[in-house]
Amino acid sequence: MNLNRRSFLKVSALTTGALTLRLYIPQAQAQAHAKQNLKPTAFIKIAPDGTVTIKARGPEMGQGIKTELPMLIAEELDVDWKNVRVEQADLDEATYGSQSAGGSTSTPKSWDPLRRVGAAGRQMLVTAAAISWSVPASECTTDAGCVLHKSTGKKATYGELAAKAAALPCPVLDTVTLKDPKDYRIIGKSQTGVDTPHIVTGKPLFGIDVSLPGMLYAAIEKCPVFAGKVKTANLDQIKQMPGIRQVLVIDGTIKAAAYTAPEPGMEPGIAIVADTWWQAQKARKALKVEWDLGPAQTQSSDNFQKQAEALLAAPPVTTVRTYGDIDAVLKTSAKVVEATYTFPFLAHATLEPMNATAQWTNGKLEMWVPSQNPGSGSALVAKSLGISEKDITVHLTRVGGGFGRRLMNDYMVEAAWLAQRVQAPVKLLWSREDDTTHDAYRAGGFVGLKAGLDAQGKLVAWRHHMVTYGDGGKLSPGANIGSDEFPSGFASHYALYTSAIPLMLRTGYLRAPGDNAYAFVGQSFLDELAIAAGRDPLEFQLEILSNKMVPVPGEENTPKGPRDLNPERMKGVLQLVAEKSNWANRKREPGRGLGIAGYFCHLGYFAEVADVSVDKDNKVKVNHVWAAGDVGSEIINPRAAESMGFGGVIDGMGEMAQEITLADGKVQQTNFHQHPLMRMKQVPPIEVFWIKSNFAPTGLGEPTLPPILPAVGNAIYAATGKRVRTLPLQKSGFSWA
Amino acid sequence: MPVELTINNVSKTIDVEPDTPLLWVLRDTLNLHGTKYGCGMGLCGACTVIVAGQAIRSCLTQVSTVAGKPITTIEGLSSDGSHPVQVAWEKIDVPQCGYCQAGQIMSATALLSRTPHPTDADIDAAMSGNLCRCGTYPRIREAIHQAATLQKA
Repeated sequence: MNLNRRSFLKVSALTTGALTLRLYIPQAQAQAHAKQNLKPTAFIKIAPDGTVTIKARGPEMGQGIKTELPMLIAEELDVDWKNVRVEQADLDEATYGSQSAGGSTSTPKSWDPLRRVGAAGRQMLVTAAAISWSVPASECTTDAGCVLHKSTGKKATYGELAAKAAALPCPVLDTVTLKDPKDYRIIGKSQTGVDTPHIVTGKPLFGIDVSLPGMLYAAIEKCPVFAGKVKTANLDQIKQMPGIRQVLVIDGTIKAAAYTAPEPGMEPGIAIVADTWWQAQKARKALKVEWDLGPAQTQSSDNFQKQAEALLAAPPVTTVRTYGDIDAVLKTSAKVVEATYTFPFLAHATLEPMNATAQWTNGKLEMWVPSQNPGSGSALVAKSLGISEKDITVHLTRVGGGFGRRLMNDYMVEAAWLAQRVQAPVKLLWSREDDTTHDAYRAGGFVGLKAGLDAQGKLVAWRHHMVTYGDGGKLSPGANIGSDEFPSGFASHYALYTSAIPLMLRTGYLRAPGDNAYAFVGQSFLDELAIAAGRDPLEFQLEILSNKMVPVPGEENTPKGPRDLNPERMKGVLQLVAEKSNWANRKREPGRGLGIAGYFCHLGYFAEVADVSVDKDNKVKVNHVWAAGDVGSEIINPRAAESMGFGGVIDGMGEMAQEITLADGKVQQTNFHQHPLMRMKQVPPIEVFWIKSNFAPTGLGEPTLPPILPAVGNAIYAATGKRVRTLPLQKSGFSWA
Repeated sequence: MPVELTINNVSKTIDVEPDTPLLWVLRDTLNLHGTKYGCGMGLCGACTVIVAGQAIRSCLTQVSTVAGKPITTIEGLSSDGSHPVQVAWEKIDVPQCGYCQAGQIMSATALLSRTPHPTDADIDAAMSGNLCRCGTYPRIREAIHQAATLQKA
């Protein structure tokens, strides 16, 4: 099996089973899937007054799809955006197609089918007009919510035609005609987020805001050690506290064993159900629990470090890809550079903690959830509770940050489980401490790198051994690395290996899974090599991208697709960001430097330059960031797209100072003081530039993020001569100013 | 224990334990869900409300300590989005996920009421207690400058 880098989540699905299967579907397949499964007419409702209601199918978590996807429909329907109302669809994938949001897939999997949905609607309205006017449909045109017949001067609004159009058969999506992009009036124009007016007035939009008559609130106390179970607890005393309705011991389903599971499982603990959440929380503080901590209590970050060092010194366990004669060439190279890079576990730290609300009535379950992946969540709830998915209704709330955490639906199962036992609607809410200490963490890693340069300073060999977590050859969720990790294919001799430390802790997918760490490793080491070769890092990378690629055996004649790195697109963004940041004329002064990095992931190309100052106390201030991106032919909602660029840069900077560590099996960080996010005063001016290339538009949730980590690290080197090889920054002797 | 609160110019008597944080009284007793829970430790600012002109963290404020004082929440700025800070926020389209924005808007409102024309340094000082996981900071800065102009107009 060829583990292609860009099918990262697909690979995860193959190796870890069912949960991730819905996370990532290759583009063409996604389109086919969506076309087969969606019902075009369910997306559009036109009232007699011409108001158009469009269903938003996917979960909105800040990536902007509640606005962007309806824009695609509205464009081809040919209506005025100001007459469009957007409504969030409930979970119904037989009607709407895929309703998951992750892997920056919403745009690529919707671009074609949802424009066709709009075009199908338009065609039905045109047909309705043509029939009533007894004219050929081909002579009718549309303009902003009206059908026109020029030669007779006839005109009808969509509102007038809607009832007649609705009775017509819906055309086959493949047969409808799409607009010429030069005629776009909605796509490519900044449209304000459809929920923005509600956000600024404090309307209840999020999962945490759900309120039902007679609703109770729940909090769950969990063992600080993974899979630890309740031995005894002062439950009777807790039951007597004010407002407490029920106290339930959860046995849970997760096992104290290496976690490579496809499903998050249910964690053991004690659920407290009360009239208010504060009462439940107060009661938690009075809990006295004796835990059976189990085998995970021996785990610690210090131990992992020791195991990693031993594994790095030993022959690798798994070969992901090798070609050429790596060991021999490394022996004969003019110059050999070696380094070890380390990155920690990270928490997702969505600002809205995990929560879900559930109501169990006569064998039917109704849920309100902020989930990125509600379809998988519904299936997981059905399986966990032993009920049919047909008996579950899922309402999608706005999501107060996803970042991959809400691909896991453990909190959804917990709320459903509670609702079944409480006989009242229940809102489960995790505290921030629960959220930080019971996450599905970004897996950490330790990477041994060795590269060879020839006498001309050209890269000839690259050996990459990543030690991460898992169970033998099976890696923890989110810890996979693809066979095309750059410079795979571009270096003449190459080897990529993995080895795994057994881990009893849940891991998962964090925004730009893998890439958020692998870009730091690869692009920092590349900078080291350029400097060792006495070359400009940009020029060095452009040269590598110009190499004739070494094909994967058996794929010599396979045409390249959107998931394969296109070196011309990568060079394009690198050159653009260099131009915008005036890279070629950068000043070299002590304490200040520029760093450059580029990365391709989730179908998008980004290159970023950071201008960084480092003071005598090794406090790092980022003065300016330039970002250049290529995500295809259209920037669908430009202002929102630019915001995603800002967000990726700031989020990536934040990750540079974060870590999750374990001692005695317990996560040591509990809240934002120990897992900090960037703050206003630390955020530099950021400029985002686009290359509009001749490819179908792709997503922006992920690819903006990875390059900033190495760009900042490389800038720190330029400023100080000290290389950041270990994250968080503090472990390399630096911190944010 | 009954506590009398004046929230968004409306007086209400509620019966909660006096050590209950104002945040949970707003959210779960009064169904004012605009104010958000983020950390419970005053680290993130999602729960920011204005009490007697000062931006405070409602997650750390026991309800008994604000009895009788004028409390303004996001819902009290205006229900139609006409407050200059809301207008600017919408115009700039600040939010991404939106979860922290009520807290950001309340901190910005308190800043603008005492410093009608804040500099970037003023904004850094006043807004650095409010975390945004999505990274809307450049947009927030833009919106605060815009709101300053709108207030003047």
